[in-house]
Order: sequence, then C-alpha cells, then structure tokens
Amino acid sequence: MTRTVVYNLIQLLFVIGFGPLYAGVLSRFKENVQSRRGPSIFQPYRDLWKLFHKDEVVSSETTWIFRFTPYLVFIIPLFVASLIPVLTDYPLAFAFMGDMLAGGFFLALAGFFAALAAVDTGNPYGPMGASRTRMVGFLAEPVFMIVFFTVSFVAQSTIPYIVQKRWVASPAAFFSPAHILLLIAFFMLILAEGGKIPVDNPTGHFELAMIDESKGLEYSGRGAALMKWGGQMKFLVLTCIFLNVLLAPWGLADDLQPGHVLLAIPLILFKILLFTVILVIIESSLAKLRLFRISEFLGAAFIISVAAMIASIFSTSAV
Amino acid sequence: MAGSQTQLIEGLNALTAGLILLTAFGMVATRQVQGVLRFFVVQSAFLAASAFLIGFNRGSIHLLALGAITIAAKVIAIPWVLKHTLPGDLYERREINQVINIPSSLLIALLLAIAAQFLVSPLLATTPDPVIHVNLPIGLAGILIGAYSLIARREAIPQMVGILAMENGAFFAGIALAPDLPLISELAIAIDVVLIAVVIGVLTRNITQTMGTTEAAAMSELREEPQPWR
Repeated sequence: MTRTVVYNLIQLLFVIGFGPLYAGVLSRFKENVQSRRGPSIFQPYRDLWKLFHKDEVVSSETTWIFRFTPYLVFIIPLFVASLIPVLTDYPLAFAFMGDMLAGGFFLALAGFFAALAAVDTGNPYGPMGASRTRMVGFLAEPVFMIVFFTVSFVAQSTIPYIVQKRWVASPAAFFSPAHILLLIAFFMLILAEGGKIPVDNPTGHFELAMIDESKGLEYSGRGAALMKWGGQMKFLVLTCIFLNVLLAPWGLADDLQPGHVLLAIPLILFKILLFTVILVIIESSLAKLRLFRISEFLGAAFIISVAAMIASIFSTSAV
Repeated sequence: MAGSQTQLIEGLNALTAGLILLTAFGMVATRQVQGVLRFFVVQSAFLAASAFLIGFNRGSIHLLALGAITIAAKVIAIPWVLKHTLPGDLYERREINQVINIPSSLLIALLLAIAAQFLVSPLLATTPDPVIHVNLPIGLAGILIGAYSLIARREAIPQMVGILAMENGAFFAGIALAPDLPLISELAIAIDVVLIAVVIGVLTRNITQTMGTTEAAAMSELREEPQPWR
C-alpha cells in the first residue's frame, strides 16, 4: 500500500517535472525541422523560473476567480495524472477515485475556470479567446464522449487500466478498425485540445488570431507561470492517455519492483519522443485552419470516432 | 504458430479495412481535386494490400495477381492518365460551393456506413469467416459513399473518383467473397477502369476548353444561341 502511494507520487512528480521538458523538446524539434536552431530544450524551465521570480500584477477589477484559476489549472492535470496509467500498468493508490470520464470532467473543469478567468479581466482579447476555446471545446466534447463510450464498449469498462490491456490481448484486437479509428479520432482531439497547429498556432503572438493563448494574457509573475506549467502538464497528461491507454501499455512497469518503475520513466520518455516527431511533422507541414473550418476538422474527428463505434459494435473480430 | 500468423494477417486486413473507410471519408471531406485524387490513390494502395494479405492467407495466386493489377491500374495508370489528359489547372481547383456543406456530407457518409453495416448483418450471420465480417460491410460502405459523392459533387473529376471509389468498394467486398474469381474477369475490370479514366479525362478536357468550367451543375442549359425569351 505504501509502495503504491510512493509510486503514485513519483508519477505526479514525473508529470510535474517533465511537462516543461516535453514542451521544450517539441518547440526545439519544430525549429530544427524548419531549419532554425531554436531555443534549448530546457528553455521552458528557465521561463518558469523567471516568471516565479517576477512580481505579480492583478487588476483591481478582478474577482477571486482570477486569482484562484492558476492554482486550479496547475492542480487539475495532477488529479488526472493520478487516475491514469503514466508509469505502471496496474492501478495505484489514488486510481480508485475515478475512471476516464472523471478525467475528462476534471480537464473540462480547468478549461471552464480558465475561460471564466479570461472573461473576468475585462481585457477585450481575453473573452474573445475564451469564447473561441469554448467553441473548440463544445465541438470536441462529443468526440471525447464517443471515444470513451467506444472504448468502454470494447473493453467493457471505463477504467483505463482495464482498457489498455484490451488492445494488446491479440494482434487482431490491436489492428481492429475500431482501435485504429479511435486512435486517429483521439489524436485529432489532442491537437485541438492542446492548441496545436491545424486548430491553433501555439507560437503565434497575434492577439486577434489566438485561441488558447489569449486566456492567459492578463496573468503575470506567479500566475502566468502556473498557467503555463499547467498547460504543459495538461498536454503531457493527454499524451499519456493517448500513448498508454489507447495505443498500448508498452514500456510500463508491470510489477511492484521499484527498479521496474524507475526503468519505466526513460521508456515512457522515449515513447513520448517518438510521438513528438509525429507532432512536429504535422505542425510543420500543415497550416492553421481558418476559424470556421475548425468545425470541419472536429466534425471529421467526430465522424471517425462514430465509425470506430459502429465498427466495434458490428464486427465480431474486434470483440 | 500458424494460427497466430493467420490471426495477425486477419488483424492487418482489418486495419486496411479501417483505413479504406477513412480514405472514403477523406474523399467526401476534401475540397481540392488533387486531394480527392490523392485519397483515391491511397485507398487503392490499401485495397491492393488487402488483396495481398488475403491472397497470402488463403494461398490464392489469383488474389496476389489481383493486388498487382490493382497497383498497376489504379495506383500508377489512373493518376498518370489523368495527368496527361487533363489541363494542369484543373488540379488546383477547389469546390467552393458544395451542394451540401462538408460537415453534413460527412454525417451523411457516416449514416451510409451505418446503413451498410445494418444491411449486411443478416448476411454475416451465415458465415464465421472473420475476413468476410470485415470486408463485406466496409466494401458496401465504400460503394454507398462513392455513390453519394457521385451525387453530391459538382466538379467532374471528383465525380469520376466517386465512380472509381464505388468500384473500389465492390472490389474490396469481392476479394473476400469470391477469392477464386477467374483472373480474366478481374483483368477486364481493371482495364475498364483505366478506360473510364481516359474517357472522362478527355471529355473533361474538351468541356473545359469549350465551356471554361467543369462544374456539372453549371451545365444544365444549352449554350448555342442567345436565348430569346430572356
């Protein structure tokens, strides 16, 4: 029992510690692919360090929501991380608290408060970005739901630890159309939720075109650091759900030995590195969609997820 | 060992089936003529892959030859033929005014895929063969989605790709149902398909030269004389 608690804490430290690194590797790779040198992969850590040592300015017009939100945005990915398999393929101490739907609701809660905080400031760009994020959010929600329902239908469970074993039970299950379509739909969802290129430009600093970034415009100092860090952790957590629950539990520790759990850390990082390469290829080869084309992008994700559902309901080979 | 190998091949075949369905959706969702063609070529390549997999699994030389014919006809010959018959600017054309906008088109395509699953489910009850269980519904879905894009598309080339996608769907269902179809008939179909591409390509070129457009919807009136009643 104490062991699983410790492993769970290691898991949280993994998410806290490597969230910025993931963002740094991603931006560095992207710059390299576009034949520039780019910042060091440790730049996000330096940014956070710098922001934590700066004074925080809070407008006197704002309410408690504005001050409360950065902490929520920082903590929510940690809640989700304690529910999902990050390093181990068996449930850890806190995993009983919720299933995958709970994880989805937690992330939605953080998004809701971030949008409220953006409206709270009265800055004209904040509410604009918030309403756009909500637009992306409500288009993404059905995809989330259908993906979860399909997964739970195929695996007869909404617990991520049971789901992940389902796919590697046999090659036929791994290559079943339901699994592949599900992966593609969830991948498109990650791009939308993480504010990546076909939906949003994460490096863009043009306020009128921002979707995700503009919510944090009013924050400074510690608040900005927490918002930034929380966003990076959220993307890492989404990646972990994609790679460990939906793709396959390869590389995860399968017993209680501490060595295996520690060994899982480099293996998971390697997996994420491979995933980064795919992300970078997409980020460098596509252009940002126009705002009203986003509905087409997420509509396509929805169609793919529903196709996965019908494939899993009707085909006997997938079950 | 042989059992697990068969299972793996069946799994891979199911994977190509999923990707074929995906490319069919892609053809519905794409605006650009070039993009639609590209999706078609990818779909044909998956089709050939599926033929190879099933042929290997059942030891059927017919299906292996069929896969080779598919690659030769659909992956190589059709894009080549179209490239040489069509004027280049047709490729960059986009369909801006759809009859039905793209999200709704996708939803309709989805309904067609569900309908295909429903339609074949009584047939599937008669056989335990997992390959048929994968190929038949998705092949039928491919046929229906191709027919839909034939109806809903306005440009000539995506309409032609709709016909070819229907053929792809029929082919995909066929290789699972009748693996020992005589090669000569498949060869005839493959040559037919290339000929369709040639004929439509030449026709489209002539239409563009005389009318300046390939929008089928814009060709509902004769254009010989200035019309006196207007």
